[in-house]
Amino acid sequence: MSAQAKHPYHMVNPSPWPAMGAFSALFLAIGAVFYFHEESFLGLPGAYKLLPGLSLIILTMLLWWRDVIKESVNEDVHTDEVSTGLRMGMVLFIASEVMFFVAFFWAFFHHSLGFSASTLQWPPAGIEVLDAWHLPFYNTVILLTSGVTVSRAHLYVEAGLNQKAAKWIWITAGLGAMFLALQVFEYGHAAFGLSDGIYPSTFYLATGFHGFHVFVGTTFLVVCAMRAQKNQFSPHKHIGFQSAAWYWHFVDVVWLFLFVWVYWLLGLPVRTF
Amino acid sequence: MSTTATHAHDDDHNHAPKGISRWLNSTNHKDIGTMYLVFSVVAALVGGGLSLLIRIELGEPGIQVFDVIGEMMGSEAKQFYNVTVTAHALLMVFFVVMPALIGGFGNWFVPMMIGAPDMAFPRMNNISFWLMPPALILLILSGVMGQGAGTGWTLYPPLSGLAGQPDMSVDFAILSLHLAGASSILGATNFITTILNMRAPGMTMHKAPLFVWATLITAVLLLLAMPVLAGALTMLLTDRNFGTAFFDPRGGGDPLLWQHLFWFFGHPEVYIMILPAFGIVSHIVSTFSRKPVFGYLGMAYAMASIGIVGFVVWAHHMYTVGMGVNYRAYFVAVTMAIAVPTGIKIFSWIATMWGGSISFKTPMMWAIGFIFLFTVGGVTGVVLANAGMDIAMHDTYYVVAHFHYVLSLGAIFAIFAGFYYWFDKMTGKVYPEWAGQLHFWTTFIGVNVLFFPQHFLGLAGMPRRYIDYPDIFAEWNMVSTWGAYLTMTSTVFFLIVTLIVMIAGRKSVANPWGDGATTLEWTVASPAPFHTFEDTPDFTGGNPAAHPAE
Repeated sequence: MSAQAKHPYHMVNPSPWPAMGAFSALFLAIGAVFYFHEESFLGLPGAYKLLPGLSLIILTMLLWWRDVIKESVNEDVHTDEVSTGLRMGMVLFIASEVMFFVAFFWAFFHHSLGFSASTLQWPPAGIEVLDAWHLPFYNTVILLTSGVTVSRAHLYVEAGLNQKAAKWIWITAGLGAMFLALQVFEYGHAAFGLSDGIYPSTFYLATGFHGFHVFVGTTFLVVCAMRAQKNQFSPHKHIGFQSAAWYWHFVDVVWLFLFVWVYWLLGLPVRTF
Repeated sequence: MSTTATHAHDDDHNHAPKGISRWLNSTNHKDIGTMYLVFSVVAALVGGGLSLLIRIELGEPGIQVFDVIGEMMGSEAKQFYNVTVTAHALLMVFFVVMPALIGGFGNWFVPMMIGAPDMAFPRMNNISFWLMPPALILLILSGVMGQGAGTGWTLYPPLSGLAGQPDMSVDFAILSLHLAGASSILGATNFITTILNMRAPGMTMHKAPLFVWATLITAVLLLLAMPVLAGALTMLLTDRNFGTAFFDPRGGGDPLLWQHLFWFFGHPEVYIMILPAFGIVSHIVSTFSRKPVFGYLGMAYAMASIGIVGFVVWAHHMYTVGMGVNYRAYFVAVTMAIAVPTGIKIFSWIATMWGGSISFKTPMMWAIGFIFLFTVGGVTGVVLANAGMDIAMHDTYYVVAHFHYVLSLGAIFAIFAGFYYWFDKMTGKVYPEWAGQLHFWTTFIGVNVLFFPQHFLGLAGMPRRYIDYPDIFAEWNMVSTWGAYLTMTSTVFFLIVTLIVMIAGRKSVANPWGDGATTLEWTVASPAPFHTFEDTPDFTGGNPAAHPAE
């Protein structure tokens, strides 16, 4: 199709993955509601009701993005114009993610700054908050370091040294995994549970969604590390890695906001309204 | 490049894939646009049917319809009335207006108007569409499972919480909106990238047609507003199912937080529904006045300022919750400020017609109808923007009349205007003028009889979202219901005629509207070939077709 075309854009071939992904999402949604309300769903117990839909979505992602990589590496259809479009797409996606976190920060500030009639003090009575300068601070150091290592990897990619880049991407992903491990450890040792009121609600949802984004970013980096080992990035075109790095910096910045406001400035001492 | 060369080239590229996979696996912006439009019509039949049920019920005092339906659905009459109101609103907002204006016309005409061969991400375009049928299925489940979600489209807790609606219905509604929201965010990303990255050489943003501008601004609003709704919905979901307390005062949470988050999304959402309509109306008024749009740049930047200011006015939906007077003063002021760019648009459309060689063809009738009715809705909007007035009018039928004037008489009129304007281009058939005129006049009279009396009912104090009312409100409610019958009759007539024309209509030409139609879609055949603009048109040096300002 693109053989006779006189434009630089990518006319994508028909693909079954979008419809498959959409109906997997339907499957996941129905499974989720049946899990919440303890209705029977394919004979699966509890949260396992999420598994069929989730597996299909992950399968769709694998097949879909495998096609994208093939189109880039084997079919060479990602011209300069298409690459610009892909980069724009990633920036816009991150912008929408920022707004997703705005909702959770809004919930946090609404209560922690005293806009809510039902919150008399922050942190609320009976909540024993985590010490910002212990695990959260270590995690801040880890993520900031990972920002440096991913930039180092970027320099190697731009120098055409894919193997060295791969090493530094692996190190970045490793720091991401370390962050996640500490976060899980912190959750396990927190003195409050998810259903102990508004403080844990905002704390777990904000840090939890951030942690999930670290997991996604780490996975993205692992894929990039393997692609770097296959020499798939060139100094001038490495959109996959570039996107992963941008995403990583975004996750990093969200953490800084979490650390500064949730753990540190609006942690102790207690303020009353 | 001459348009004839483009035309000849396009004719060689009209081989579409065959069978079901053409639609299921599509990566073609026109096919996806068509699917969006068909989807929107299907949802409109359901959503419109529900509104007719509401009007029949309210045609006279007492409960006459919903006791029977409620019994059939295994639900209590008043609850099922609430379910009907909720489903009607959600269907019309997320499954009719947005898919038609953005998914349908946006997909069809934005790439063509900028001379691009397709959208930036054709495969992602398809998941934007295919997420909608699952979302619709979930919405229908939310109406029929358990006692049905009867929360209103605003889903306010505590009614939407476990205390108000403990069964699975609200969870289905939440997940339905999650999928529809994901579809919108992906679509927005696609439109922004397409418009910023794929305009033909020489077509600067200041030469781009106004529908392109409208879609760009709409997409930015979607990209920034939808994720906030997603966050709020997620909190509601965890409040319901995982014991969090975001909106529950017993755990230190606050139901008002929901209202802030919801309306931070919800107010941009109303501009999301109307900005594409502004774009369509600009094209039609210009085409049928045989004049370029008056004040092209002013029109473009008026939409941009409406979009920006639209993000900082949300709490004018919340005047009665007990906000401090300073907050209310601020929200009154910024809300009123939006009347300025809106006025620029209205007056520029009138100035476009001024001195023009106007032909009152069907699309033009709908566009003029839009301008008139949207202005009525805009004026009542200025009334409601006053915090003091709103205390009296909040949650009355005056509000219902207001937003139906801007939406069902604004956005829906623009959808019909666009439908008649581009019908030839999309189907290759000619729509009989008499049928379009008859459809317009019956709908115009019908909706005005339907909604204008609701102003009186609201001013007299009739609250919205109730199945019954005191006898004093009976007369105007009866009149309103007559309007609903007329509107519905008109819609059935429209559907029948459209089906006949699509099967047996006369063949149309590339440009049925003459010199006034200057945008690029009129340079290709009707129906538009499967692939268009594989040869990129070039506007460096200035081509009047790409230059609506001159």
